[in-house]
Amino acid sequence: MKKIIYLIGGILAVIAILWQCKTKSAATASASDAAEKVYVSPGKHDEFYNFVSGGFNGQMSVYGLPSGRLLKIIPVFSVFPENGYGFSDETRAMLNTSRGWLPWDDEHHMSVSETNGEQDARWIFANANNTPRIARIDLSTFRTVEILEIPNSAGNHCSPFITQNTEYVIAGTRFSIPMGAQQDVAINSYKDNFKGTLSFISVNPESGRLKLAFQILMPGMDFDLSRGGKGPSADWFFFSCYNSERANTLLEVNASQNDKDFIVAVNWKKAEEYMKAGKGVRSKSHYAHNIYDEKKHSASTTWEEDVLTLDPTVLKDFVYLMPCPKSPHGCDVDPTGKFIAASGKLAAVIPVFSFDKMLQAIESKTYDGEYQGIPVLKYEAVLHGEVQKPGLGPLHTEFDANGNAYTSMFVSSEIVKWNVQSLQVLDRVPTYYSIGHLCVPGGDTRKPWGKYVIAYNKITKDRFLPTGPELTQSAQLYDISGDKMKLLLDFPTIGEPHYANAVPAELISKNSVKIYKLEENAHPYVAKGEGQAKVVREGNKVHVYMTAIRSHLTPDNIEGVRMGDEVHFHVTNLEQDWDIPHGFTIRGSTNGETLIMPGETQTISWKPDQVGVTPFYCTDFCSALHQEMQGYIRVSPAGSNIPLKYWTGDEPQVQ
Amino acid sequence: MKNFIFISPILVLACALWGCTQGPPASGESPSAANDAALNVGQSGVQDDVSQQNILQIAAGSKDHSTLVTAVKAAGLVDVLANAGPFTVFAPTNEAFGKLPKETLDGLLKPENKDALSDILEYHVYVGVIKTDQMRDGQKLNQVNLKNVVVNVNEGKITLNAGTNIIASIPASNGIIHVVDGVLLPPEK
Ligand SMILES: [Cu+2]
Repeated sequence: MKKIIYLIGGILAVIAILWQCKTKSAATASASDAAEKVYVSPGKHDEFYNFVSGGFNGQMSVYGLPSGRLLKIIPVFSVFPENGYGFSDETRAMLNTSRGWLPWDDEHHMSVSETNGEQDARWIFANANNTPRIARIDLSTFRTVEILEIPNSAGNHCSPFITQNTEYVIAGTRFSIPMGAQQDVAINSYKDNFKGTLSFISVNPESGRLKLAFQILMPGMDFDLSRGGKGPSADWFFFSCYNSERANTLLEVNASQNDKDFIVAVNWKKAEEYMKAGKGVRSKSHYAHNIYDEKKHSASTTWEEDVLTLDPTVLKDFVYLMPCPKSPHGCDVDPTGKFIAASGKLAAVIPVFSFDKMLQAIESKTYDGEYQGIPVLKYEAVLHGEVQKPGLGPLHTEFDANGNAYTSMFVSSEIVKWNVQSLQVLDRVPTYYSIGHLCVPGGDTRKPWGKYVIAYNKITKDRFLPTGPELTQSAQLYDISGDKMKLLLDFPTIGEPHYANAVPAELISKNSVKIYKLEENAHPYVAKGEGQAKVVREGNKVHVYMTAIRSHLTPDNIEGVRMGDEVHFHVTNLEQDWDIPHGFTIRGSTNGETLIMPGETQTISWKPDQVGVTPFYCTDFCSALHQEMQGYIRVSPAGSNIPLKYWTGDEPQVQ
Repeated sequence: MKNFIFISPILVLACALWGCTQGPPASGESPSAANDAALNVGQSGVQDDVSQQNILQIAAGSKDHSTLVTAVKAAGLVDVLANAGPFTVFAPTNEAFGKLPKETLDGLLKPENKDALSDILEYHVYVGVIKTDQMRDGQKLNQVNLKNVVVNVNEGKITLNAGTNIIASIPASNGIIHVVDGVLLPPEK
């Protein structure tokens, strides 16, 4: 009897352990295996840059993969105390809009610039979700260098996605709104008065300069996400939309009535032909175009006045609708350009559309009627097939180079891997918790780099040490090099990550700028050497042309400033040495501090509010004598006749 | 027999656990800890052909300063002179070193005399940037080895410790080099 018990015990133990072993290896690499795969030894570089949107913080953060180490936060649509973006006189104009100066917006998606559908990583584009804008970030400096406001848009969610040679950046409106002269209309007149726009912003191939080329006027709905075609479908753009019910209240219920909403297919080449042929309607508008000049080290705003609108109900044959089940969200084109995966966030299947079949259906006019004057193609005629029972709440899809797709499932908190041709589910892994977007390096291009899929999670609960009620969001790195996805790493993120891109390090690191060349500095208040440092009074404005070099400021003593003056400290960092910034601030500064890169000039403006002697100093630990890098400014009463005088070292004799 | 049966579940357990941890070796790079030391060279190893040259790079590129550079290496001060500084370095030429008795110089370059060599080299380095136009007669420069170099200015002519001349001054990213025609010897205590 005892023998039997032991025997059974032994067998049970084997089963239990084998079972444990199996489930463990299915989802998580063993700890040592995972550690080895994400370990980047001190002094070594990561394999990929990972650009991660910060969501409601309006910034973008940059991590190294596979380590998950934070490398940089790039301020885009929000002020940033780390480097003075939005605080210094030079950068404030970047945040100008027709609605005024906005210190904080919501940033969701990005696109890395492409040539022939492959990452060229010259720029990365970002969207302001709330007050519609598109930004261009230069990846040689990791700086926001251009922001274009999008008129006739409200909630710029469906942005910024690109065509395969970066000819256009696309910005679709989430909210439809009343347009034209009469905007004071009843909200419940949505069906009659509300319209949406899909904006096509051209990108200058050399300078990257943005221009609103045209807007396509669409029936009032909500436009959600989009992707450019590639390869055979390169002339087309695809947009998901919901609320085809055209509800204006309680969308939670009212926008889920129809069995199907739409994927909008736009032949942008044809739209471009209409534009070039002088078709469409030009109208007046008013929107900000902010450019950061990297020679003047200063941003300025130009006010744009002109919009070209193309109406697909008038100019025919360039916009078609493909029915799509239940409020689609992601709308992702596979690397071959032949298939479009649409994720109905309330749907039980993932429909995959065939580009070839779509062209045939357009050719043969296989329509299922019209929606607001735009032809609707028959669902069955354009469908490649449906992924059955993929999971709950499919949101976004990225691709590897082997014909597989990876779809995030918000409701069931998992990533599901499926084959684009066979539509068979191949694998699934849990995420912790509630995944939103996901990213495969190059997984939105014709040339996915593969290797990893990264999940961006909305909720972390117990995954990290608790930090009070406000917890970090997270990214999770999975190895996709084998048949089974394996979780390697959790890392916290800055803000709330929405979309992200990952780029091979080499594509970017080789172009990274080390210093700004002092001789090219064209800032109007530059001092290119200590001999050019000076203080100039213009009425009640006092301009200090200051220099910073290890380890002193010139001038570091200033007298002759009076109450009622405005003092502008234009500080030029004279260093021409990699990674030697200086900083600057003055006691009582109402706009904080600034940080000045080698060869750059930045300005802090200050209005003295009391008589006396006020200290200023370098805020960046630049050198062994950083603490010595300080000075004083003397403020005298209004009307005082203390002469304007400034020096570092020997005090000059006033003549 | 009974004991054997009793042991078997434990053996099974051990085998299964062992099997569980065995897997194919990780593919791709797996840098071993042994390589790490080589990776962490110090600031003198930073590859940068864009920035203005630092004191170390300028000295290393000067054919008149090969003895100084050899001495800096022997004293283990290369990373110091590539640091942010800022430094004022009095840089004796090869000819200046040649004025020392040969056995003194050879002796200083021996590993067992590293401390003495460091002391002499540190006597040539000041933390802070002092240009010649900021030098004043009688000025004491407290050097990195905590001993003073005394500046003499006589009718506009600068000498150090009453006898060493500044031949040239070269700005560097992390300070300034004053090329000198003699080796400065720290005063005995
Ligand atoms: Cu400083």
